[in-house]
Amino acid sequence: MRSVGIDIGSSGTKYVVMEDQALLYHRTIPTGFSSVKAAQQAKEDMEARGYDMALLPCISTGYGRGSVPYAAKTLTEITCHGRGAAYLMQKETFSVIDIGGQDTKVIRMEGGSVKEFTMNDKCAAGTGRFLEVMASAMELEPEALCRIAKRGGNVHISSMCTTFAESEVISLIGQGVSRQDIACGIVESIVNKVASQCGMVESGGSYYLTGGLCECPYIAEMLSRALGAQVETGPMARYAGAVGAALYAREL
Amino acid sequence: MHVELPASFEAFSEARRNGFLKAKAVKEHGGRIAGTFCTFTPNEVFDAAGIHTVSLCGTSEETIPAAESDLPKNLCPLIKSSYGFALTDKCPYTYFSDLIVGETTCDGKKKMYELLGRLKRVYVMQLPQNADHPQALALWTEEIRALIQRLRSEFGAAVSDEDLRQACKHRNRQRRARVALMELQKQTPPPAFFKDLYKVLDSLNFSFDQESSTQAVEAMTQKLQREYDEGARPVSAAHKRILITGCPITGVLEKTVGTIESNGGVVVCMENCGGIKPARHMVDPQAEDIVQAIAERYLEIGCAVMSPNRRRMEMIRQLVEEFQPEGIVDVILQACHPYSVERFEMRALAKEMGIPYLPVETDFSSADAGQLTTRLSAFIEML
Repeated sequence: MRSVGIDIGSSGTKYVVMEDQALLYHRTIPTGFSSVKAAQQAKEDMEARGYDMALLPCISTGYGRGSVPYAAKTLTEITCHGRGAAYLMQKETFSVIDIGGQDTKVIRMEGGSVKEFTMNDKCAAGTGRFLEVMASAMELEPEALCRIAKRGGNVHISSMCTTFAESEVISLIGQGVSRQDIACGIVESIVNKVASQCGMVESGGSYYLTGGLCECPYIAEMLSRALGAQVETGPMARYAGAVGAALYAREL
Repeated sequence: MHVELPASFEAFSEARRNGFLKAKAVKEHGGRIAGTFCTFTPNEVFDAAGIHTVSLCGTSEETIPAAESDLPKNLCPLIKSSYGFALTDKCPYTYFSDLIVGETTCDGKKKMYELLGRLKRVYVMQLPQNADHPQALALWTEEIRALIQRLRSEFGAAVSDEDLRQACKHRNRQRRARVALMELQKQTPPPAFFKDLYKVLDSLNFSFDQESSTQAVEAMTQKLQREYDEGARPVSAAHKRILITGCPITGVLEKTVGTIESNGGVVVCMENCGGIKPARHMVDPQAEDIVQAIAERYLEIGCAVMSPNRRRMEMIRQLVEEFQPEGIVDVILQACHPYSVERFEMRALAKEMGIPYLPVETDFSSADAGQLTTRLSAFIEML
């Protein structure tokens, strides 16, 4: 049976078409200013690929989940990321770390369902937005920042507030500190914040990193070190929410 | 008696103007108003003295910017809002209060009362911080006697023991009416959304005719039960049963209870101050020392300002048994230290009882409405 899952995040819109256990199609487009437009664009794209959107059951998730007229139901990204991560990881008991554009969630999965979760409060520290702002202050793409961070060290960003941390980074640049050292400090700041959030829910077993930073292996490596546990990720991890939504859509 | 309205009266909304006119009419007929902030205020004493009590707890962000000129930003929104209403003359009850009564509850309130005392006539009662301490009851009893003295010297209000006994009888009846309304929710499915029940409960805090307001609550309870018995099911059995605990909730009612109830949940029990916590303990109107009996009742309130606060945990345990919730949501107002520290104990208790637990910290703004919706919806999805 075929189904569709669409995950409209603050930064990217991810969608997948699944048939039973197989992923037939997946894609990410920028959400941009309007989640309604992004949803429409995703629909047109899937239709152009030959998927009949009028027939396929669809569930939407993510912060723009209410903007998808063709979805039969909405579910929160917490529920969907959990289910999708369990599918991608082929595990039932583990924890998901979802570093999203505007928030970071830690989801504890037991027996394949969500047992407990935390979300960062009204603050960008430890989120994808924090990394984006810092990367832009250094005129780098987020992925590039993570890459060069691996070669750096000895720099500590002490501000938790994104605005203040940005000035801290700018003053480090002014002092002539190397980019890789600053990048390392930025990654360390995110990792420490996320690791302390992980401490708020039950642990045990391994972690799975979802969200846009899944293509920064260095983040997973540093998280693994901070948590003293294995942190897996992969290029498909950004689709965990959409995959989870598609799996739930099969049950509609 | 000539009573003046505030200068900005004409600019207010109709509802607020009506509030002002209602309070003004009370004053013009020689009535006196005591503004209160907390469930520790012994209402019976004011009833016996023939003084109206009305709740002044600020519940909107409207006056917070004004309050922040005197108070720190990182303070409980309820405290800032309450102070802001006094500062801006926007609350009819604060404006018309002959006396504002506070207690030494949390640090934020205590220190705010010092500043409020510059604007209004404020009387602060010394509330003990450990209800089980050997001196606690004696102190609180003496504080209530001192309040009676103060009302006599300030307003010439004579309070006899008989007046107090009568007041206790009525307040007991009112508390029973509150509890009976809330206990309707023990049924599966419950007969109402709590958001609607809360409006009825809250109206008691702003009534100048306590007797008829109590009757209205009793009538509402009967009506809801009758309709339920006749088959009305406004809440489907699919709604997940939620118990709410934590800080006073009026200012975030829509964001918390409203969001839960429009996303597949129903609040079956609210332990918070506006809910069952302060309503279950009665005063024995026949007690030999009626003042001490009143004091004893108020010390039973399991507020996080008490240290330790075993009563809250005991009540939650009891309520879980009675109301059978599927999840517990702990609502903590920003910068409320007592309740945010107790989160640790609540989490442990929920775990021990095997009930999923979600703490949320929020304020009176709408900034976190989206996040809160995601959090609460995900919690309900997970149940």
